[in-house]
Amino acid sequence: MSAAEQGAPLAASGSVVDAEEAARARARRREKIGKWLMPVLVMVVLLVAWDRVVVWNDIPHYILPGPGLVLQTLVKDWATLLPSLVVTLKITLMALAVAVIGGVGLAVLFTQSRWLEMSFYPYAVILQVTPVVAIAPLIFIYVSNRTVGLLLCAWLVAFFPVLANTTLGLNSADHNLRDLMRIYGATRWQKLRYLQLPSALPYFLGGLRIAGGLALIGAVVSEYVAGTGGIGSGLAFRILEAGYRLNIPRMFAALLLIALTGVVIFAALSFLSHRLLYKWHESAVKRET
Amino acid sequence: MSADRRAPLPLGSRPPVLEMTGVDKTFAGDVVALKRMSLTVNEGDFISLLGPSGCGKSTALRLISNLMHPTSGRITWAGGRSSAGGTDDLGMVFQEPTLMPWATVAQNVWLPFRIRGQSYAAVRDRVEETLRLVGLDAFLHAYPRELSGGMKMRVAIARALVTNPRLILMDEPFAALDEITRHRLNHDLLALKEKIGCTVIFVTHSVFESVFLSDRIMVMAARPGRVVREMVVDAPYPRDEAFRTSAAYAALCRATSDALHEAMGETA
Repeated sequence: MSAAEQGAPLAASGSVVDAEEAARARARRREKIGKWLMPVLVMVVLLVAWDRVVVWNDIPHYILPGPGLVLQTLVKDWATLLPSLVVTLKITLMALAVAVIGGVGLAVLFTQSRWLEMSFYPYAVILQVTPVVAIAPLIFIYVSNRTVGLLLCAWLVAFFPVLANTTLGLNSADHNLRDLMRIYGATRWQKLRYLQLPSALPYFLGGLRIAGGLALIGAVVSEYVAGTGGIGSGLAFRILEAGYRLNIPRMFAALLLIALTGVVIFAALSFLSHRLLYKWHESAVKRET
Repeated sequence: MSADRRAPLPLGSRPPVLEMTGVDKTFAGDVVALKRMSLTVNEGDFISLLGPSGCGKSTALRLISNLMHPTSGRITWAGGRSSAGGTDDLGMVFQEPTLMPWATVAQNVWLPFRIRGQSYAAVRDRVEETLRLVGLDAFLHAYPRELSGGMKMRVAIARALVTNPRLILMDEPFAALDEITRHRLNHDLLALKEKIGCTVIFVTHSVFESVFLSDRIMVMAARPGRVVREMVVDAPYPRDEAFRTSAAYAALCRATSDALHEAMGETA
């Protein structure tokens, strides 16, 4: 009732808009365009500046290549870079998948048993706060399979935000709804399924977005440590290798690919989050006023 | 009253739903939340628990709904059972609407059936019928955030009614609403009660609300929480706006208010 009443009169008589409202509408439109235009503008300015600095100072390409050369290298070396991108992406996505399974699984176990949580949560924190670069060399001593080692490292970095956020979400279910579940005689499973998991969804998705970026970082960092190259090497190894050969343009090209991968992962997870929440959660609801 | 709980109860024509006998609840640190509360609820009763904060109103509801157990005394359900049996026995309405924001109106009302293991298809008619009773049949597929405060409360009431439970507990359900919405919901609640004959225990701070709605008012006092007076509101249902402006209503409000002040004076 009330929702319809608020919006209807304005929309119906759209022509009668006072000056203040018109100004606000203009500001909103400007902001909408600016949100896309400004970052693009900044990028163009930076690229031109970069290019001019390189050209005007005659900087050799083995010290700083211009943006044009980086792009050229990206196209020229595509046959080398693409398989590496696939390797890095595979490790990242697998680590993220295992982080989700492990993080959500542990969070559910923790909320089912206070004792489990008390016993193991501190160790989850210790794993999180220890830098992965410090653990990785040990992992590669004991784990002979390179892919498994990389996966383990990336997982170590990525799983904690999923665990922490999901645990918080599972515990933040409305207290009255919990009481209602008890009054209705719901089983433990029903309580989890109907109340706690949906309550945890927005928290989980927040954790997932962080974990997506961390999984990529984990994959790249652990590959630096793992080092060994050849066939089946990811983008991080390509950067190392190009560095040894003073192939700076290729370093930039690989870096560009890693950055783009990170952006795509973040955008995909944000989109997923929006799809799952837009109907009901405050974070995804657009205000009309 | 007879000591034997199986003996016929005073209001004989209507079968009892629930009986509380000498129920005490003491919290850690010797805080007496409720002292020797006795209450017989018969089918079709509308009982208000009226009193200041800390008088044990909410504790009484938690004891009845089996979220807590009495320190001593007994709560007996119809048929001699000692605790509530889930969705058949109880519906609950809290001060907040307490809806699941991720679920539609219809899915929220489906919840008690869902816990029983009944699919939506199996109970669709009942869910829609109940939402029609509270005037929300046009909002089956709306999400709670799209509804006003009063409408959300109607959904909560529909959820409590949908399984046709023996007893509905309402814990200050309209306290957070504006006066106009509150009046409207008071009327609608009474109309609903006329139509389906539900049994209600209603917790409130408001003398006016308790007199308008109930046939019995338990006036309660704090420290220790206890019932100090039982008022019978001797006015026939259905009650309408005319009742709200009648001399009888004014007199009943004054008497109840006096009883409440007396109760609070004792503890001051």
